[in-house]
Amino acid sequence: MYNFDFVSPGSVADAVSALQAEEAQALGGGQTLLPTMKQRLAQPSTLVSLSGLSEMLGVSSDGGVMTIGGATTHATVAAEAGAYPALAGLASHIGDPAVRNRGTLGGSLANNDPAACYPSAVLGSGATVVTNAREIAADDYFQGMFTTALEEGEIITAVKFPIPEKGNYQKFLQPASRFALVGVFVAKYADGVRVAVTGASEDGVHRWSEAEAALSANFSAAALDGLSVSADGMITDLHGTDAYRAHLVKVMTGRAVAAAA
Amino acid sequence: MNKVSMTVNGRTVSADVEGRTLLSSLLRDDLHLTGTHVGCDTSQCGACVVHVDGKAVKACTMLAAEADGADVKTIEGMANADGSLGVIQQAFRDYHGLQCGFCTPGMVMSAAALLEENPKPSEAEVRDYLEGNICRCTGYHNIVKAILAASGQQVEAVAAE
Repeated sequence: MYNFDFVSPGSVADAVSALQAEEAQALGGGQTLLPTMKQRLAQPSTLVSLSGLSEMLGVSSDGGVMTIGGATTHATVAAEAGAYPALAGLASHIGDPAVRNRGTLGGSLANNDPAACYPSAVLGSGATVVTNAREIAADDYFQGMFTTALEEGEIITAVKFPIPEKGNYQKFLQPASRFALVGVFVAKYADGVRVAVTGASEDGVHRWSEAEAALSANFSAAALDGLSVSADGMITDLHGTDAYRAHLVKVMTGRAVAAAA
Repeated sequence: MNKVSMTVNGRTVSADVEGRTLLSSLLRDDLHLTGTHVGCDTSQCGACVVHVDGKAVKACTMLAAEADGADVKTIEGMANADGSLGVIQQAFRDYHGLQCGFCTPGMVMSAAALLEENPKPSEAEVRDYLEGNICRCTGYHNIVKAILAASGQQVEAVAAE
């Protein structure tokens, strides 16, 4: 990869100022960014490491809301987010153990890969993305494949997840990469059900509103029977067609509802 | 250049590294610890797994500068103090848990991390944990047996034939 300056700031404030440098980029756990840089698909002049910032680490729950620091690794979420089992379960199946020891929640969300797992949990929970500058509702945060509401140099410091009554995440693994070919996150709250789909759409993570309405009326897999998912706008690649992915969305939603706890 | 210092297999080391220097490069090219193998260099194969502060990581997908101040352990640190093979290494030998041997350092380091977290894993748990370690000889069965043996369990009782 091309060379760059490596900066290890001591605080979020220092990181924000370091990111003012031209072509500077934040480095989370590096599990996507470093391979991308090796392929020379990204060539920042400065990398600002966020992984050592204690302000952005940890999992805590208070008043039905779980707050997770942006630099918290998947392994830590898997181990410590027991109060939100669907989220801990999702984190425990991202990548492989070594990747989970480095990859971070904030890094995954900032990248917003259309096949990543975490965006579905954030959108499916109606979570709030907290940055150094503001709070962003999940419905406003995700703006299409690899696109988010983050401004240049803005850092995700934490995410606040309302803990649902029941929830579950089911992913159909793309067998080579182990990314989600299709993944569905379902969360049942007192005021309704949210369903978020990853891996399927050319627009990245999105909600399935027909399923949300049906499941809010009757939280059972049978409530999905009369619904169908359009293949319009679904991804077609060598791993599966748009129609295949559309079919999987309904199947995986049903499995998530059946498994929700 | 960044000045980094860290502990590698109990020894304090320091080096001047470029921003782009990978931990795997520092270990192999500067410290000459070539037991850490680089197979794919894309964080998929797991041949480069080492422990950083007790956690298994892929050394090809971590910058050397990120390991500043860390406690790093590589395959060279897995033998006993007298130079004899450690428990996991010996089990790989006893159960023929390697064919060409290229993936073995990463397999041993992942196995050590697994047994630290889960001292008596089931066969399924071993296979699940090795998701990020690829053996292109496809010799997984004996690797799994070796890890079960290293955990002190009766291999015949827990491993499918």
